[in-house]
Amino acid sequence: MDIERTALPGIGLRHVFTTERQRQIGVITHSTGRQDLVIYDEDDPDSAELIVLTPAEAGVLAELLGTARIVERLAELHRQVEGLMSVQVTITASCQYAGRSLAETRARSRTGASIVAVVRNRDVIVSPRPDFVFRPGDVVVVVGTEEGASAVAAILSDG
Amino acid sequence: MLVELGAVILGLGLLAAVSVRFSISPIPLYLIAGLAFGSGGILPLGTSERFISVGAEIGVILLLLSLGLEYTASELVGTLRSSALAGLLDLGLNAAPGVLAALLLGWGPTAAVALGGITYVTSSGITAKVMVDLGWLGNREAPSVLSLLVFEDLTMAIYLPILTALLAGVSLVLGLATLAIASATIGIILLVALRFGHIVERLVASPSDEVLLLKVLGLTLLVAGVAQQLQVSGAVGAFLVGIALSGPLAHAARELLAPLRDLFAAVFFVFFGLHTDPAELPPVVGIAALLAVAGITTKAATGWIAAARAGSGTTGRLRAASALIPRGEFNIVIAGLAVTAGVQPQLGPIAAAYVLTLAVAGPLTARGAEPLARLIIRRRRRRMERSDPGTAQTTERQK
Repeated sequence: MDIERTALPGIGLRHVFTTERQRQIGVITHSTGRQDLVIYDEDDPDSAELIVLTPAEAGVLAELLGTARIVERLAELHRQVEGLMSVQVTITASCQYAGRSLAETRARSRTGASIVAVVRNRDVIVSPRPDFVFRPGDVVVVVGTEEGASAVAAILSDG
Repeated sequence: MLVELGAVILGLGLLAAVSVRFSISPIPLYLIAGLAFGSGGILPLGTSERFISVGAEIGVILLLLSLGLEYTASELVGTLRSSALAGLLDLGLNAAPGVLAALLLGWGPTAAVALGGITYVTSSGITAKVMVDLGWLGNREAPSVLSLLVFEDLTMAIYLPILTALLAGVSLVLGLATLAIASATIGIILLVALRFGHIVERLVASPSDEVLLLKVLGLTLLVAGVAQQLQVSGAVGAFLVGIALSGPLAHAARELLAPLRDLFAAVFFVFFGLHTDPAELPPVVGIAALLAVAGITTKAATGWIAAARAGSGTTGRLRAASALIPRGEFNIVIAGLAVTAGVQPQLGPIAAAYVLTLAVAGPLTARGAEPLARLIIRRRRRRMERSDPGTAQTTERQK
């Protein structure tokens, strides 16, 4: 799929792509953080419906569209990008971080790798916040260099 | 003095409220307020003149600074590469009416250069706002229109030093030297911004809003002052500082400076109005009206051509044509420079009338662009149906 990227000087960036059924969709990202969703008319490429989204609303839309795919995409990502890999670690009941928060693991500062998502009962929690508390059974998705990601895996499995 | 100043600013606040209510640019209202007060107006101001004249100078600098902050150096260089042709066409078409008018009136070459600049520049502030308000950013012609605005603003960075040199009445050699200094400075700033932008940013960056505000403002006034000493026009110095700062820092600085800019820019427009005697308006109304009609025509042609080059149909072309019509802050800045230098006293009232007309007419025309396009397309379709009912019906059915 080709995404056409156009600079809107003084405003921001515009990305437009054509769907399989020949509809055009675009997103305008303002430098202020505001985002507009643009849906082009089917017959007349000169008319378009523009929906203004606040950063929070854009986040909700992205989450609705993106959550199911994130784990899949991560697996793909580490195949594509050399040197970057993702590791999935299951939190066991004996893990010392079960019941403790993400901040307490200090995973990022200790290893440089990031915890990007947690899968809990088939739900995907994307970008868990520092106060996120791990539970036994959670699957933690870590992205980083090979070294960093395995270090996080080691921390989470035996501390 | 405080009473007078307070009354003026409160009055401007009420005018700004009116402009928000009717979603038009406040610039024409500020100009009218200035005309009403100052020399020959109904209520001459006395004691606050000094503050207003210094404030006006700061207003120009802040206007240019925030304009520079809107753009990054790479955007400017990219625009220069991609839309130089359209930009030059824009310059040629729209400066011509002003230059011709000044020459026909026998005002001499310096006034011709000034009036050419006044008729040329579109108000990027008003145009960008119109496009955001009407939801036109997603359209195909939007990048071309915005690139034209960038090109014009960049042209100003070269034009203003030339104008300043001409107004100072310097000799040809000195004028060329000024131009060389100006282009060299612009080149250096662009290079610094492109290559070493992070160093400048580290120098200015601060987590505290207060520190950031004072640093950016201080740096800008300093550079503007030095530029003025070099006869390069302080406004251009400020514009270049804005360009040199980019990324999140530019964004933060723009938000911090916005209230200051609004205040001092309003003061600037009032100042310009103050120094224009309303009694001088009637004699120039004819010229200003002709220039306004020419200004609408040439800008619309520019927009139409730019949109056509971007592959837009009638609707997009009409949108681009109408979006470019508004004139505003820069035209007044140029006129202000020319009037202060005492080139041609009639330039002031002409510029005031020109901007008053187009700052109001532009956004109104823009609102009419899409309905007009629908009308034209419907008519065209009807004509096609009448001339060849068979094909029209089949296309209708296919839909």
